[in-house]
Amino acid sequence: TQKPGSAAPSAGTMSAGPGSRNTEPWGSFDDNLIQGSGSAVIDMENMDDTSGSSFEDVGEMHQRMTEEEEEVNAEAAGGEDEGVEDGEFLGMKGLKGQLGRQVADEVWQAGKLQASKAFSLYANIDILRPYFDVEPLQVRSRLMESMIPVRMINFPQKVAGELYGPLMLVFTLVAILLHGMKTSGTVIREGTLMGTAIGTCFGYWLGVSSFIYFLSYLVNAQITMLQMLSLLGYGLFGHCVVLLVTYNLHFHFLFYVLWLLLGGLSTLRMVAVLLSRTVGQTPRLLLCGTLTVLHMSFLLYLHFNYHQIVEGLLDSLEGPNLSPIQRVARDVPEVTLNATVRNLGTLLRAQ
Amino acid sequence: TSEGHLGASRTVCDLKEPFAGLSDVSISEDIPVEGDISVPMGSSRSDDDHFSTLDEPVKETILRDLRAVGTKFVHVLYPKRSSALLRDWDLWGPLLLCVTLALLLQGGAADKDDQGGPQFAEVFVIVWFGSIIITLNSKLLGGTISFFQSLCVLGYCIMPLTVAMAVCRLVLLSISGTVSFAVRLALVTASFGWSTFASTAFLADSQPPNRKALVVYPVFLFYFVIGWMVLTFSLPQ
Repeated sequence: TQKPGSAAPSAGTMSAGPGSRNTEPWGSFDDNLIQGSGSAVIDMENMDDTSGSSFEDVGEMHQRMTEEEEEVNAEAAGGEDEGVEDGEFLGMKGLKGQLGRQVADEVWQAGKLQASKAFSLYANIDILRPYFDVEPLQVRSRLMESMIPVRMINFPQKVAGELYGPLMLVFTLVAILLHGMKTSGTVIREGTLMGTAIGTCFGYWLGVSSFIYFLSYLVNAQITMLQMLSLLGYGLFGHCVVLLVTYNLHFHFLFYVLWLLLGGLSTLRMVAVLLSRTVGQTPRLLLCGTLTVLHMSFLLYLHFNYHQIVEGLLDSLEGPNLSPIQRVARDVPEVTLNATVRNLGTLLRAQ
Repeated sequence: TSEGHLGASRTVCDLKEPFAGLSDVSISEDIPVEGDISVPMGSSRSDDDHFSTLDEPVKETILRDLRAVGTKFVHVLYPKRSSALLRDWDLWGPLLLCVTLALLLQGGAADKDDQGGPQFAEVFVIVWFGSIIITLNSKLLGGTISFFQSLCVLGYCIMPLTVAMAVCRLVLLSISGTVSFAVRLALVTASFGWSTFASTAFLADSQPPNRKALVVYPVFLFYFVIGWMVLTFSLPQ
């Protein structure tokens, strides 16, 4: 049990030795003589050169080394205090040695931090693993349940804290959105379609979850962040279906029906869960109203933002050999607006 | 055990020559663990290998690496359950395929207006981040495959789609209209299926059997997006 503890300080002094020598090449010999730790390093290195014979017994050598190391540690422990005094006493030279040691210590600390960071990547994966502990059947049933609102608001409904389904649904939504953007020929001035799609979907998922969680914290609703993420993530299933259908079948009527039906069902389900976990009229109204407005308008936004242009294109393609300028669909609403304004104007003038 | 001692002392002096300062710290820690004795011997043998490849012509080195990449291509084209792709993974093949695909997708019709078309960086990001996400997902679901092995498999399995892209460009040059689209659709669908099938053939073994569907879904999505990019590519007028 003593080994690991004793190893760290010795390594520290090992790195401190060269550091102090590097900062001051001309005065290194003095420095090492003055400072206990520095001289110990020199001793060890000298010993290496002389005792590196292959005929030596390993056990004996090991014993000698551990003895040496303990000596070094003792010296290093003693040298800490002395070093400070020496630095003050000897002025510039000692100060520089101190600085070198400090720098070396910092380098050592930074290295250790980096190594622990690299290690913690895998540790983090282990932390996240429970949230991905699902079976295909469970995911399927949860997808189904996300469209079925349960009318039970007296008792808190169960919400599975799981992230696999939500994450995959968000990625699916990204893919669908990308498809919609490409077919509609969306123009994005700064940035790529991919970045915009990912930003929109993840931004909605994380942003709205956090916002609703914040609200529910304010009104004292019984829901955790994980449950909120899971709930909203599965709520995106309806969006995925609606957008997948309506990006390919361009009927306004169909979209509105699906928007109300599928989007409404998934929203209702979330609202029912939130209702069952909140107490009081005003909190319920606030929480559920916000969620409903956000969720339903997000679907509208996704549909119309990346869809209207293709409709214009289709309309213009139906006509035979139209000139390219007329295919720009953005002009169409303006023209109609102008026409209605002009009609209004003529009506007013007639009166 | 006397032989073990002899071996250990030999490795000690082997190590000591080049790194006198370093070896000494590690050895004083390592010696009680006698099971590690063979490790330095193995490393010294691999050092010999390096020396033997050091004075060979550069051409041979490159050709050997290319041959290794080529054999892996064959493994993807004929995805039988072999561990060659997993055992000695490399990222050269994926890089090569990714760059080829991105270059082929470059210069589409929409690029003229400086938007819309699949830019080089976008393809790159999709391929690499997509495979990283799939890999993380499979690790989270309890897969026993290492990070780079999975990246290697996913990268190599883009090959059918890259080939499809090259053929699509030729098709676009020669035929036009609905026939061209039908041909391209068939091509892309076939290569998409092929990619998904090949990657699942390699990756499925490392997954717990009841969760294969959960791992395959992001793979499917990944190749679907790439396949769809290939399909919607059109030449400038």
